Amino acid sequence: MADISFRLKAENKGDAFEVKALFKHPMETGLRKNKATGEVYPADFINEITAKLNGTPVMVAEWSGAVSQNPFLAFRVAGKAGDKLEVTATSNKGDTGTQSADLG
Amino acid sequence: MKRRTFLKAGLATGATAVAVSAGILAPNTVLAAWNEAAFKTKTVDAGMTSVFGASNAADSADIKLKAPQIAENGAVVPIEVDATAMKGVESIAVFVSKNPVPLACTYKFSGAAVGFASVRVKMGETQDVVAVVKAGGKLFKAKSEVKVTIGGCGG
Repeated sequence: MADISFRLKAENKGDAFEVKALFKHPMETGLRKNKATGEVYPADFINEITAKLNGTPVMVAEWSGAVSQNPFLAFRVAGKAGDKLEVTATSNKGDTGTQSADLG
Repeated sequence: MKRRTFLKAGLATGATAVAVSAGILAPNTVLAAWNEAAFKTKTVDAGMTSVFGASNAADSADIKLKAPQIAENGAVVPIEVDATAMKGVESIAVFVSKNPVPLACTYKFSGAAVGFASVRVKMGETQDVVAVVKAGGKLFKAKSEVKVTIGGCGG
């Protein structure tokens, strides 16, 4: 199983922290065909992202192939400086990736 | 006989590996498996019913849906849904109405996470983007038309 790589950062926006993640992923829909051979490029997309704050899940995103290639995600958490954020991404093929960041 | 035993053992190991990894990956409480049925629905209404159990949602000016009026590149259209003005936001779903499967993504929030999500989606042509928010057990929606000059589905 391959690693899903991404960058994670959390910015203090005053009333909440905005968490931004930028993934490196083809996000292949499974609908695209090779024009020369007619073969379909198999679906390969991040389908679930879970964010935990201090070990407790706070956000779960379900994505489809409609999300752009090398996708961007932003969400907000009303946490406090020092809170531990952990984001895990999983793809339809079973690839995963996890990044951690401290708020603040 | 030996070959069959070997193969059986191999399959068993594979199954165990999958089970173990599924155990490790199983999210704790917020959500179970990927909602495959929802991501097969062909209309916004069907998608809403699949995700939320209902398809009627009240229009709400409290949903700040930010989408470009004109997207120069349909492959990467930034969509931001800010429902932080609403109380008790449980989840947000983003629909790209004319996509083969209009449901593009969903977000469920609990604990410290607030009703906000930003993502970039693929759009093949000019159409409405619809954000549906479940807050306090009720459904609300907002939509925005995005004009697409170059379609984003890779031909």
